[in-house]
Amino acid sequence: MSNLTEIRWHGRGGQGAKTAALLLADVAFQTGKYVQGFPEYGPERMGAPITAYNRISDTQIRVHSNIYDPQYVVVVDESLLEAVDVTSGLKKDGAILINTSRPKEEIIPHLKGYEGKVYTIDAHKVSMAAMGKYFPNTPLLAAIVKVAEVMDEDTFLREMRASFSHKFASKPEVIDGNMEALKMALEEVR
Amino acid sequence: MGKRDRLSGNEAIAIALRQINPDVFPAFPITPSTEIPQYFASFVANGQVDTEFIPVESEHSSMSAAIGASAAGARSLTATSSCGLAYMWEELYIAASNRLPLALALVNRALSGPININCDHSDSMGARDAGWIQIYAENNQEAYDNMVQAFRISEHKDVRLPIMICQDGFITSHAVENMELLEDEQVKEFVGEYEPENYLLNPDCPMAVGPYSITDYYMEAKRNQAEGMKHVEEVVLKVAREFAEISGREYGLFEAYCMEDAEYAVVMLGSAAGTTKDAIDALRAQGEKAGLLKLRLYRPFPAEAIAEALSGVKAVAVMDRAEGYTNHGGPLGADVMSALYRARSKALAVNYIYGLGGRDVRVEDMEGVFAVLKQIARDGDAGETYRYLGIRE
Repeated sequence: MSNLTEIRWHGRGGQGAKTAALLLADVAFQTGKYVQGFPEYGPERMGAPITAYNRISDTQIRVHSNIYDPQYVVVVDESLLEAVDVTSGLKKDGAILINTSRPKEEIIPHLKGYEGKVYTIDAHKVSMAAMGKYFPNTPLLAAIVKVAEVMDEDTFLREMRASFSHKFASKPEVIDGNMEALKMALEEVR
Repeated sequence: MGKRDRLSGNEAIAIALRQINPDVFPAFPITPSTEIPQYFASFVANGQVDTEFIPVESEHSSMSAAIGASAAGARSLTATSSCGLAYMWEELYIAASNRLPLALALVNRALSGPININCDHSDSMGARDAGWIQIYAENNQEAYDNMVQAFRISEHKDVRLPIMICQDGFITSHAVENMELLEDEQVKEFVGEYEPENYLLNPDCPMAVGPYSITDYYMEAKRNQAEGMKHVEEVVLKVAREFAEISGREYGLFEAYCMEDAEYAVVMLGSAAGTTKDAIDALRAQGEKAGLLKLRLYRPFPAEAIAEALSGVKAVAVMDRAEGYTNHGGPLGADVMSALYRARSKALAVNYIYGLGGRDVRVEDMEGVFAVLKQIARDGDAGETYRYLGIRE
């Protein structure tokens, strides 16, 4: 199953990690892939650590377990670096993407010697600039699509506009801001 | 023909119900089944169905209202999970004993306590003797397909019994997966109009539903109920054949995966069966003759067909996602072992309790079960037959 991509999201309740995982499943589905997007619930409360998962494959996905050895990890809230073993099982030839305003050099010492690639994005800056509010999941979604090479950027932006138009049918005024956040994030991730 | 889509298990059930357009849907929310009435309520609000949607104050009431509607001659159903099902207990027996064809979309969740919102089968297993038909799903596609077939089975004149369509809480209910939907018209035509034979709102034939039954009659009433159950297997297969014609997807009483030459087999229900298939593929690549019997119909229990399907295996592990507190295993274990005994099977059988309260089941866990089965076959001794999978002692 070399064509299988597994992604694990670490966030805190209320930050939209689950929504981001579902949106990623959605957009990958649109390109003809087999997908899974699912949350793992602990205590259901704002701020508690939560995990969400994605599988993206060229063939049917039958496994229904959580993901222990992902190619990619997304950390939606950098305070989780101290609280959760975010690099657990993360493959060396994969990558970790962290939402932080700090330079990469300051983050790496907190990754327990992880030897793979490390990417960062300041989702707060992007979100505030594009939407005027803090929704970290929109920039992180774009960033992981780029890091994990889920699809090309034009296809991604086109499918996301369609997806937002559906999701935000009752409040179309937020679509442009979300699209702007995606575009900025594709530039800002490093 | 079909429409390719990606949906959560709860969305899939809600869409099946929109396509079925039932007469009455009373509902009370409980995690993880809440989304089913939630999505359905939006279909009602948008005028996509003409169902009478009744928000009630408890599960005791939602099942009571579904029963009342069904007795009146309407096609009715509700949805619930866990403690919600427990709170319907009394009504479950009333629905079945009154031979009322209605459906329950059950999203399996552990019963308290300790309080837990995640998946196991303790809720539906507790209701296994209530006189309901029970059908389980491995994934979202199966949950949807089973829901579309539900009323055809339940309402069949030889059956007329309530039906529980089960799926695993969160694991499928909240997971978005690829699936294929039927066209609305196809479902409408397949399910058809409900034409009850006897019903309360028929002025030409006044009748009583649920009267007191003295000792003189109670036992005959129960025996008649069992007669309805006897026809279920045949009707399930007939409906499945017709469903295959419109969908291209084949269903039986169970799915036998790699069972033709299997020496070691796992018997189980629900989502972990998909994980087990991946384990089997890995083992088959190493030349191991591993197989899976994934039950779809659990009540009534197709004992003869199951024993026949297992007739070639040396060792079998029956997987229970619920405790039975018998000190020797869970309910599925008891059923399968009894089937093997009646068929004079020589297979060595063990019974695992697994996945309680959402405990994750990995491909490696299932590979471990097959390794144990191989050892059992080699030793010719099942050893301790009551086991726990992945427990911290």
